[in-house]
Amino acid sequence: MQLKKRLMVLNVTGALTFLVFLFVSGSKAEGQNTPLISGGLGFLTTTTGGGTAYQPVLSPVAAVPLGEHVLVESRAYISDYIAPKNGNSGPYETDFFAGLTYLQLDYLATPRVTLTAGDFLTPWLTYNERLTPIWISNFQDAPLIYPIGNQHGSSIGAMLRGNAYSNAHVRLNYDGYFSVLSNVSQFNGERAAGGTFSMYLPDKRLEMGVSYSHLLQDQRGNSVGFYIWWQPYRVPLAIRSEYAHGPHSQGYWVEAAYRLSQWNGPDSWLGRLEPVFRMQQTFRDSPGSDQLPGVNTQRADFGLDYHLPHEVRVNTSYSRQFASTRDVNIWETTVTYRFLFPAWKGRSK
Amino acid sequence: MKTKILIQSALLAAFIPSTIVLAQTQPAPKPAAAAKPATKADPTKLAVDVGQRKFDANCGRCHSFPEQLRPSITGTVVRHMRVRANLSAEDEKDILRFLAP
Repeated sequence: MQLKKRLMVLNVTGALTFLVFLFVSGSKAEGQNTPLISGGLGFLTTTTGGGTAYQPVLSPVAAVPLGEHVLVESRAYISDYIAPKNGNSGPYETDFFAGLTYLQLDYLATPRVTLTAGDFLTPWLTYNERLTPIWISNFQDAPLIYPIGNQHGSSIGAMLRGNAYSNAHVRLNYDGYFSVLSNVSQFNGERAAGGTFSMYLPDKRLEMGVSYSHLLQDQRGNSVGFYIWWQPYRVPLAIRSEYAHGPHSQGYWVEAAYRLSQWNGPDSWLGRLEPVFRMQQTFRDSPGSDQLPGVNTQRADFGLDYHLPHEVRVNTSYSRQFASTRDVNIWETTVTYRFLFPAWKGRSK
Repeated sequence: MKTKILIQSALLAAFIPSTIVLAQTQPAPKPAAAAKPATKADPTKLAVDVGQRKFDANCGRCHSFPEQLRPSITGTVVRHMRVRANLSAEDEKDILRFLAP
């Protein structure tokens, strides 16, 4: 355990050293291209079946532009999970974790093509790339179907992505990737290939897309999924949904978030409130080690998020999960602070 | 208990569309052209408006406007968003004009 912790710290330190080297390389950047540090600082609590767990989290993001066409970016996740030793009772014990979520190099090859190499977030539907940062997500927990098609969240290899076509009324986006098998600590990857194609209608603020992923090792299964997002212009409402079908299971989630900013504006005490609701279901087709619930499961999440000034946010939620094995109540609270600052004082042109 | 949760879900599902209908019945803001006599358009302002529209339609769908944004990092922020949100080079320029006019 001690060795594991030391290895984690060593790897993260190594990656940070690499980033510092990049920062120094990018220190000649002028004008608006100063390297930055961003991310979130959070404190999470979860109460299930009478036991409460606490988790302080730091999730920094570093972005270093090199020249006109290159960007190196990385996100880390450092946390300490503090929970009762026996689940719901007994003395508390801690479990420290430090790891890189991704570390990638992006080359802006043409106005519509970007080539990415390294350890990148697997481009599967929307949740993994867009909603996993703790300062963005409306709920503390990822959807139950999150493991389908994601290859544990990140892939190691290369990816081609960009905007295929766009005008004022429609945007067509694409991405395709290939990932290799890797067992290197902090840089685990599975041999897989996949991609996403999406269409976005800015006038309607309606987006839909489809993802495909093929695992090229072990079970060699296919996963497919599609998503629909709708965020009307005149109403501060966001409806997001995903459906995914894996080799052994399938499921969906639908989330609705409505910020009460139409009552006295977004900065009023009421306008900072955002009720959120999420419904999700998973269906087990056959036994498998895909990290989804072992039996058919339904879950309803009721959340109340509050956007405080200065990028501080409080998310609270109550969830009820139904399964033939056991029904559970889950109470969660998350306090996050989002930060963003230059790595140093940039030079002006 | 299950029935209770489903009833609560149904109530919430009914609440959201009714709120939308209520919200949409509010009068729409008057277009700028109707509010005052037509004048020669300011190209800088138009460019900023285009950038703001693109920011709202792409970046703003996942997160709010970053309060701590400083001019020296706007280029880096937008380049990061170009990769993350599959923006084209033209979108990147427009959003940059909005963030740092």
